[in-house]
Amino acid sequence: MADLTTNFVGIKSPNPFWLASAPPTDKEYNVRRAFDAGWGGVVWKTLGAEGPPVVNVNGPRYGAIYGADRRLLGLNNIELITDRPLEVNLREMKVVKRDYPDRALIASIMVPCEEEAWRAILPRVEDTGADGIELNFGCPHGMSERGMGSAVGQVPEYIEMVARWCKQYTRMPVIVKLTPNITDIRKPAQAARRGGADAVSLINTINSITNVDLDLFAPEPTIDGKGSHGGYCGPAVKPIALSMVSEIARDPETRGLPISGIGGVTTWRDAAEFMALGAGSVQVCTAAMTYGFGIIKEMTAGLSRYLDEKGMTMDDLVGRAVPNVTDWKHLNLNYVTKARIDQDLCISCGRCFAACEDTSHQAIGMSEDRTFTVIDEECVACNLCVDVCPVEGCIDMVELEPGTTDPRTGKVVEAKPADWTTHPNNPAAVAAE
Amino acid sequence: MTDAMRLDGIRAGRLGPEDLARNFGDLHPALDRHEATVAADRCYFCHDAPCITACPTDIDIPLFIRQIQAGQPESAAKTIFDQNILGGMCARVCPTETLCEEACVREKAEGKPVQIGSLQRYATDSMMAAGEHPYSRAAPTGKHVAVVGAGPAGLACAHRLAMQGHDVTIYDARPKPGGLNEYGIAQYKTPGGFAQAEVDWLLKIGGITVETGRAIGDGLTLEGLRADHDAVFLGIGLGGVGKLGMEGESLAGTDNAVDFIAALRQHADLTQLPIGRHVVVIGGGMTAVDAAVQSKLLGAESVTIAYRRDREKMPASRFEQDLAASHGVRLLFSVVPHALHGGDRLREVELAYVGPDMSPTGETFRLPADQLFRAIGQKLVAVEGLEVEHGKISVTGSGRTSLSGVWAGGDCAAGGEDLTVTAVAEGRDAAMDIHASLTQGQI
Repeated sequence: MADLTTNFVGIKSPNPFWLASAPPTDKEYNVRRAFDAGWGGVVWKTLGAEGPPVVNVNGPRYGAIYGADRRLLGLNNIELITDRPLEVNLREMKVVKRDYPDRALIASIMVPCEEEAWRAILPRVEDTGADGIELNFGCPHGMSERGMGSAVGQVPEYIEMVARWCKQYTRMPVIVKLTPNITDIRKPAQAARRGGADAVSLINTINSITNVDLDLFAPEPTIDGKGSHGGYCGPAVKPIALSMVSEIARDPETRGLPISGIGGVTTWRDAAEFMALGAGSVQVCTAAMTYGFGIIKEMTAGLSRYLDEKGMTMDDLVGRAVPNVTDWKHLNLNYVTKARIDQDLCISCGRCFAACEDTSHQAIGMSEDRTFTVIDEECVACNLCVDVCPVEGCIDMVELEPGTTDPRTGKVVEAKPADWTTHPNNPAAVAAE
Repeated sequence: MTDAMRLDGIRAGRLGPEDLARNFGDLHPALDRHEATVAADRCYFCHDAPCITACPTDIDIPLFIRQIQAGQPESAAKTIFDQNILGGMCARVCPTETLCEEACVREKAEGKPVQIGSLQRYATDSMMAAGEHPYSRAAPTGKHVAVVGAGPAGLACAHRLAMQGHDVTIYDARPKPGGLNEYGIAQYKTPGGFAQAEVDWLLKIGGITVETGRAIGDGLTLEGLRADHDAVFLGIGLGGVGKLGMEGESLAGTDNAVDFIAALRQHADLTQLPIGRHVVVIGGGMTAVDAAVQSKLLGAESVTIAYRRDREKMPASRFEQDLAASHGVRLLFSVVPHALHGGDRLREVELAYVGPDMSPTGETFRLPADQLFRAIGQKLVAVEGLEVEHGKISVTGSGRTSLSGVWAGGDCAAGGEDLTVTAVAEGRDAAMDIHASLTQGQI
């Protein structure tokens, strides 16, 4: 069994799976259940400043996007930060940490961008025995209208400023949680690092309207005939999250900055992908909200088995794919493949044909008896046929060996790589600056 | 097993009303909305889909399934009805396992086709339950067409003619319209009076008059119909029943399967319908299976289907064979009736084994039998003046007979399988040909 023990910026946990700051971590009861189920850590639902807590909507807080058989693919929420008093949350955090000393307990915090507000709350959080803090600069709904959450995360100068305050007023590790509702995710990450933050976590949720009620003509979830954009999460956002994580992992200014990966982690495989792109821990929310805390057993067992099969440690895995994330201009244009259809596996549905004939390169032929074959003279190796084929492994992309002639271009495949900057046939080898 | 099942002879009341109600309920319960959505999600929306090719009425199956996926079963129903106005009945009685579902690529891939029949029923039921009839008539043409036979072919033909603005009179020999849908299909395939409900729904198009109790040879003549109408469509089915042609065939207890099925379908109280303790069905088609299974469901203790060829040649699909077997019907292959035994009534059927060439092997055996059903095929009752080939009315093109102005379709006409869905296709296509002829003044 591979060792899943995690040390993320000094925060120790028996495995890298933490529950993200969200409804599942809003109170002692839930967190105890999570720890009993085996979760490595939790980021407690975001704390607000001292005083009367926020009031949530009393209508629906969530909207959903479904796949086949109502499999939940995307979830949208309009819930605010914790609506329970600060002292209640702090008291519960303290007893939970006392009872589960081996688990990671991180406090998510969102208070106004005033130095005094942060200086006031940090010692009280520290007093709970929490292992670290996460600055919620990501929530895109509600709180952002009051100058917090993503409103801060969208201004790098604010991120830097608040991170610096936190490093000044607490000894706890500081994680900055980033919003994806921004043009270039590297800028807030760079600001966090400049402010002295120990790590970043991403992504928070994405601005979203999941559905429109076509009778009420209102966004869902609908509160008394009106709706507001919420934050989108779940499996649907994973590709966006992976890309943003990779950008931070390979940016010269943020390279090496620890990352806690968030966004649609549903199985051990998702977690391993985030880790390969540089995440030292992962945070889970939607999967737990969909299936309950029991999924942790699949995640830990799965990651452990995968590492054993690969003969790797977690340290070997973290960041292993980062060197292979590159700019388009460095992709090898001399790498030539062609689609190949395995006739034994083909069930003759013709989806590859429809996709290629209608929307691509007319590179698949169809015979009277519904045999589908690739026309190498036309195939540009776009892979769409592979993606729409319902049979796994039926269509492969096969590499043309150097020295053979590509029937589409009539050119001999070169062994030596050539990218946009060096390939003789490509214009704009140098970008217009 | 009830005591009444062990009483010899042919008698009613072998099972109580609760058992009978359960036995004759829906063979395939309707899909609910979620089940339909899940089933619809399995469709791959194939290019030039094989299921469409396999459907005698060419329903755009991937399209209607996608419309179910998109939450509009009514739009799906319209897609179906555009090609097959009896799509509701076909969803229930089509042997989908040898048509669309056999062609489904998921049958090839994993042995589990998309549930096309059940999805079609979900769609058509949705529209019919809402009472919506999505068609209206074209401007009146002043033409009047006689349709003989209110079965699937005649109804489909009449509806399409009415849509084109022609007036139609349907003549049918039976007291109720519907043909085999009403009289010739197992109860459990179309419970709840669906056949009549479907006819009522179909007639909402308007312009169609139904005259029951009217048959050619019984008050009507083809010459008379031709004289009184601008065109005639014959969808008269196969009214004659084959005989075994052997001694003892007049013994009490020796009946036609089609009569039994019709009587069962029309019986208001199945506790009053008599059935034998031991039943033997001679034949191998759908009628044989329908008769055998329903005998069992009525409370017959033993039911045997005796078919003269081997299993692979049996006209009833494998699904139907398995359905019979699952109800406890015994299937015997390569056997033919050899003798019928009994004094005052049938008591035993003696069967003889035959080889692939139908020659007897010399071995015979006896089965106890209070009742025997002949299900060895129906025959055309000839109509004077029409050419016949292989026992059916000769047709060319879209059902044109040897007589000008007379079309034929469904089981009575040559070509095509004897299926409800084939009859619908032939009736529909004949209607369009009649329309073309009438509007081009060719008659």
